Amino acid sequence: MTTALLALEGVSKRFGTVTALENVSFAIGCGEVIGIAGENGAGKSTLMKILGGVIAPSAGRIVVDGTETHFHNVRQSMDAGIAFVHQELNSFSNLNVAANILIGREPRNGPFNFFVNQKHAEERVRPLLQKLRADFEPSTPVEKLSIAQRQLVEIAKALSMDARLVIMDEPTSSLTLKESNRLLEIVKELKADGVSISFITHRLNEIVDIADRVIVLRDGKLAGSLTRQDISPAAIINLMIGRTLQTLYVPPVGEIKEAGLTLTGVRTASFPAKDVDLTVHKGEILGLAGLIGAGRSELARAIFGIDPLLAGEILIDGQKVEYDSPLKAMAAGLALVPEDRKQSGLLLDGSIAENIALANWPSFSKHGLVNEQVLHDHAGRQIANFDIHATGPRTAVEELSGGNQQKVVLAKWLPRRPRVLICDEPTRGVDVGARHEIYARLRKSSNEGAAVLLISSDMEEVLGVSDRIAVMHEGSVSGFLERDNFSEHNVLQLAVGRAGQEENLA
Amino acid sequence: MMSHKNDLGLLALILLVAGVVAVINPLFLSPINLANTANLIGLFGIFAIGQAIVIITGGIDLSVGSVIALLGVLLVDLLANFGMPWPIALLIIPVLGVFIGLIHGLLIVKLKIQPFIVTLCGLLIYRGAARFYTEDATAGFGFGQSFPAVEWLTVGRSYGVPHSFFALLVVGALMWLLLHRTVLGRYLYAVGKNEEAARYSGINTKAVIIAAYAICGFLTAVSAIFFAMYTRSISPSSHGNFYELYAIAAAVLGGFSLRGGEGSIVGVILGAVLLQVLQNLVNLLGIPSSLNFAVMGAVILFGVLVDSQLAKIKSLFKAAKANS
Repeated sequence: MTTALLALEGVSKRFGTVTALENVSFAIGCGEVIGIAGENGAGKSTLMKILGGVIAPSAGRIVVDGTETHFHNVRQSMDAGIAFVHQELNSFSNLNVAANILIGREPRNGPFNFFVNQKHAEERVRPLLQKLRADFEPSTPVEKLSIAQRQLVEIAKALSMDARLVIMDEPTSSLTLKESNRLLEIVKELKADGVSISFITHRLNEIVDIADRVIVLRDGKLAGSLTRQDISPAAIINLMIGRTLQTLYVPPVGEIKEAGLTLTGVRTASFPAKDVDLTVHKGEILGLAGLIGAGRSELARAIFGIDPLLAGEILIDGQKVEYDSPLKAMAAGLALVPEDRKQSGLLLDGSIAENIALANWPSFSKHGLVNEQVLHDHAGRQIANFDIHATGPRTAVEELSGGNQQKVVLAKWLPRRPRVLICDEPTRGVDVGARHEIYARLRKSSNEGAAVLLISSDMEEVLGVSDRIAVMHEGSVSGFLERDNFSEHNVLQLAVGRAGQEENLA
Repeated sequence: MMSHKNDLGLLALILLVAGVVAVINPLFLSPINLANTANLIGLFGIFAIGQAIVIITGGIDLSVGSVIALLGVLLVDLLANFGMPWPIALLIIPVLGVFIGLIHGLLIVKLKIQPFIVTLCGLLIYRGAARFYTEDATAGFGFGQSFPAVEWLTVGRSYGVPHSFFALLVVGALMWLLLHRTVLGRYLYAVGKNEEAARYSGINTKAVIIAAYAICGFLTAVSAIFFAMYTRSISPSSHGNFYELYAIAAAVLGGFSLRGGEGSIVGVILGAVLLQVLQNLVNLLGIPSSLNFAVMGAVILFGVLVDSQLAKIKSLFKAAKANS
């Protein structure tokens, strides 16, 4: 192999007493696509941040083009040709596309070069957008763009820096399947131009699809690497967790016949002209698939009383219910595990105990005073019960990994024994091991008689966990699938609004 | 990037209020009243723009009123008691303003103290300093003392228009260029919207924030000069009281978000105009002046309410249209 574009030699990173990364070495060649896999907390993000110059390693060397380099800030790594497309998109929604792409590197003119040369900026950005086949203009305000479009802006930004290595941290985690495929195409095009890509993803089929090599991290150490011909989801998972993955599906124990949650003619503000009709039976997990923007999360919010119901009826166990707030929805037996756990699911800097208590304060208090002892006993039991990896009930939730945070959300709701449990993308950003524990929890709830509605954009999850799938398309349910008809193809057909399951997707 | 619609709405509200006042009391349109109102708009508008620059970064400056009192006291002392040549005095005061702003900025970015706390302490400290400096006595020019050049510059008029109003126009134009056309302006918006992302984009966010407070200090000092020359005597315990709140109110009316990243220069100037027209309304319509603040508060609340409700209705309407 010729000199590597970038090589890490024995890199370690410690935060206080915690070792996030230990003695990791690997090299990236020109035009090479490297997938980085590992459970949450395995050190992937730390590794990426070191590559991107966001944080400095505690030990080890970074070698760029054969010479040792020390990145003290993002600017230096940018100058070395390394660009970072962040996990949480870092766009400035109050500026336009050109301003976002060239932020920090504006073409200037006027006295003291103090002014932005807007014309020049747009001229520089336009060919980049054309290359990415973006359907927006340099002057479009970013607040008008979708998440996928904003991602293109980030990639255009990387290209504008003539980046030789583009680092992507879970680039497809918020994209629909179609948008993800588009992104993977772009990665291939960049590779053809000689740009190296290094990306983290939880979607293993993406690695199989585009990676030349995959680096697997486990507990901050290099667990192994696989070259193109050896890459398979099973091989990656074996390295990640060191055990073989079982099949996901666990059938329900009892017979499913009674309706738990029934929606008839439900309309929400996002699609006020479309009706949603569906039934989730007691003891059943109904997967709700669809493209992002199909109105699934909005439906969940309306069912839970957060957004107003414009029309239609909600029945729980055959009884019509009416409410206008989550409080009343909870009283009717509902629970919602929201889409964005950091925003809507948790008080991040609160303790595990506080978070678990959040939906149940009255049961931990007497005459309005909190009984700490009862609360901590309860939280301690739930930590054991849900296998939350934490030192104790007082641990702040923000110190936990994504999977453990989600378990805290479940521990908040499930002890209430909801009759209807709605989970909106419950495993987004959650590692494989914790995913399985969450699936087991959902199944346990359904076996106890709850109607479980599982909203998921993860195909493997929808197909692997659900007893039945409902697919939404532009605000209404375009079809239902029984397990016999489960396939990626069928779900996709319905998701893009094409009925008829025999037809082939173009 | 900036909402011109908000500016137009605000302009309409100003014209509506002015129209109503003019119909009820024709004195509103008299040259004397218009010139007085223009003068006050200039005085309040200049430091409101400074406040707006800070608010764009997601910060706040509560010390504005106290700074106006302290610098006003100093200016009067320099001119009246030290006999300092006026050009030097007019240079020193803005330099002091920038210095105060720099200190605020440094405390905020280097020691990571919240802007609200830093400038709240500033509010108390500068007020106390002003009162201590004059031993709580009113600072003013001696009988017969006059400074024709400074007075012409600050309280003089050309073509019947007060110079403070011209000053606002000049400051407004310069700050419009700064905010909407320069690289620093871009960075102010970027830092206000997402400071971390701005830092990751290679922007020196600390310098940008410090610059915002320094600009605010500078413009506050400029208006302190105008205020001191306009009132001619300064009671250090009351001069400039609540002025920071006028500035914040003008910015909020002008479409600024206290979370940062939103707002335009035209907006904050229109906000300052509306507040002064409201003051005028209270005076001219014979409303008890004790209700002054209450009227202002009610109108701001009304404006913000209408704005948010319109946005809500519009988004619902848009959604309905997209789905039909």
